[in-house]
Amino acid sequence: MRILIKNGLVIDPANNIHRQENIYIEAGRIVALGSKPDGFKPQKEIDASDKIVCPGLVDLCARMREPGDEQKADITSETKAAAASGITTLCHPPDTQPIIDTPAVAELIYRQSQQAGYATVLPIGALTKQLNGQELSEMATLQDAGCIGVANIRPINDTNVLRRALEYAATFNITVFLTPQDAWLAQDGCAHDGPVATQLGLPGIPASAETSVVAKVIALVEEIGVRVHFLHLSTARAAQMIGRAQYDGHKISCDVCAHQLFLTEMDLDDYNSNCHVIPPLRSQRDKEGLRETLSKNIISCITSDHQPHEADAKNMPFGATEPGISSLETLLPLTLKLVEEGVVSLPKAIARLTSGPAKVLGLDSGTLTCGEQADICIFDPEKIWTFNDKDIVSRGHNTPFIDWQFKGKVTHTLHTGRIVYEQKNESKKKKHG
Amino acid sequence: MSLQLDEKGKLRHFLSIDGLSRELLIDILDTAESFATVPEQSVKKVPLLRGKTIVNLFFEASTRTRTTFELAAKRLSADVLNINIGASSTVKGETLLDTLRNLQAMHADMFVVRHQESGSAHFIARHVKPYVSIINAGDGRHAHPTQAMLDMFTIRRHKKEFGKLCVAIIGDILHSRVARSQINALNMLGTGEVRVITPKTLLPNGHHSLGVQVHHDLKTGLKGTDVIIMLRLQNERMSGAMLPSEAEYFRLYGLTEEKLCGAKSDAIVMHPGPINRGVEMDSQVADGPRSVILQQVSHGIAIRMAVMSMAMHQGTGEAKDWGGGPLSRGKRGSEA
Repeated sequence: MRILIKNGLVIDPANNIHRQENIYIEAGRIVALGSKPDGFKPQKEIDASDKIVCPGLVDLCARMREPGDEQKADITSETKAAAASGITTLCHPPDTQPIIDTPAVAELIYRQSQQAGYATVLPIGALTKQLNGQELSEMATLQDAGCIGVANIRPINDTNVLRRALEYAATFNITVFLTPQDAWLAQDGCAHDGPVATQLGLPGIPASAETSVVAKVIALVEEIGVRVHFLHLSTARAAQMIGRAQYDGHKISCDVCAHQLFLTEMDLDDYNSNCHVIPPLRSQRDKEGLRETLSKNIISCITSDHQPHEADAKNMPFGATEPGISSLETLLPLTLKLVEEGVVSLPKAIARLTSGPAKVLGLDSGTLTCGEQADICIFDPEKIWTFNDKDIVSRGHNTPFIDWQFKGKVTHTLHTGRIVYEQKNESKKKKHG
Repeated sequence: MSLQLDEKGKLRHFLSIDGLSRELLIDILDTAESFATVPEQSVKKVPLLRGKTIVNLFFEASTRTRTTFELAAKRLSADVLNINIGASSTVKGETLLDTLRNLQAMHADMFVVRHQESGSAHFIARHVKPYVSIINAGDGRHAHPTQAMLDMFTIRRHKKEFGKLCVAIIGDILHSRVARSQINALNMLGTGEVRVITPKTLLPNGHHSLGVQVHHDLKTGLKGTDVIIMLRLQNERMSGAMLPSEAEYFRLYGLTEEKLCGAKSDAIVMHPGPINRGVEMDSQVADGPRSVILQQVSHGIAIRMAVMSMAMHQGTGEAKDWGGGPLSRGKRGSEA
């Protein structure tokens, strides 16, 4: 299909483009930006006047609950929610059931997402078999089966196993994704070990549960030279340590979940189980520190860490609930709020959702370069709207952001040159116009 | 947390000390005072909650708390049902909410709940029907507000004015719901100084938010105290790298006659029970003249009668009547 996106303000941070341009799409790819290719006759035109056209968003970590937890969600339902949120690429962490430690599971996920057709889903393989933290997985085989990297997700207590795993991954130039949390320090904690947890009597997870693992991994990376990405930082201190390691030239990157940039331990007051996340919401100082390191590009990506749940999973006393937020649909709105609050510029904000994560994954996507796959997000930057429960597309309605007011809303999403999402009332308006 | 108050600011549930005003706490103490004489009457009952059904819902084992709640309810003439869920429904996979709905369908008017998860009483209060009251009998590490109030009652009986008191709480602050509620209550009642005396392993990281002076040395911590509250040390703390041994704990933090010398000469010694003799304190102190430990138990009944009757009478016509003179009603009841 030939599509013309006309008169939009094109923001493509990777190519340093920030101007009004037309985009021409044919056979799933961007064929021209600006001047019309000879003989191009669009079959569909999208009027993007007063809208921003940017690369489709790349989310480094989103759980779609398939296979194994289909009572919560599945790949079709969640990629549809991704499309409605401008996200065109999602990485699926390996803690599915069965775990992504064989090519079969990776292929299943890939096939399901192809069939659904809303977005590209890239499986991340397990770093150790069964995520047991004891035996190495067949990383090279998983890579051949389409895994974009390997991840531990669950803590690896044996530092020697971690070292061998990093060495083995480095051999095949595989990116290792790590969730830095020391199991011994975290124990059965469910909240930041600070004043709020003390008042509410919730078992705490100290900041050192994160910083001690980051310090340990940095020491290993210094010896091994492997490419490591830390998923979901929650402490400002860990971000500073990573900044220092980056300055020293090590291949270490990191991301932060959008919710960590807006919520703190204070939001746990009244035992709001929708604020039960791991790593936990930390102090105000951590939030500010994470925002600062984000603006300095030490944190190069913002992720959703999407974790949809059925209602029952959150309908218990705080500590007994399952952690996680259904967060695909607030990823872009929260990031745009950072722009509104003066934390980052708009192009920087978009970079953290597109070229930043694409670079971590070693992908050419996350840009609007001619010849690339046409994964595109179009949003109305002035649209003010309220996040309502009834409008949630994901099957998980577990979010603390209900009733938040946002500015900026996705109107169209294109994936491989196909329109996978189009805002309903917007198309009505068009007809009237 | 206004969940526990109705629109007129009266007690609807009793979930935590946190969020209650000083006036309300004093109201609870005064009401309990009026009930304290009931057991001394020949007929130990008042008809305040006649026809009401109270369910003691215990997801954790308890003897003292459950029996005093049961006695309190019976002395208020309510029908009482004791349910120990620990080993039944939850093991079968029933969720807390389902258990609750089932019991609610039996038309209970009040649930007295103990549960191992912090915040469980709040959770239940948010989900019950509007006519049902919830009394927190201990939730995880969070709160044990009736224990704290019976302790305040005991302190007030011996010491009168909170403003001039120095109170020391000794032991496992980290895991103690009793300590959290006591600290909140003492601070809300304007206690002159609240101290905690404990090793760093038993102190929560966010202790700065509690409003206490922290001491690690028992001798200096006890200096000039009017009230000494010992906390129970759970046996499992000995295995979890919290403490090296009972012997060392007793040597450093165990209360003995000798160590008591540093406190004021009229200082009282309290303990929520059950006592580990030779760990938290030796028998000389536990059974000594300064110990008010058994009085605490009796006061527990009066306090529980007070909060149960107050929570049950909120927002109704009876409430006004009740607010006018708990003492007179109590007396009338016992004469009947």
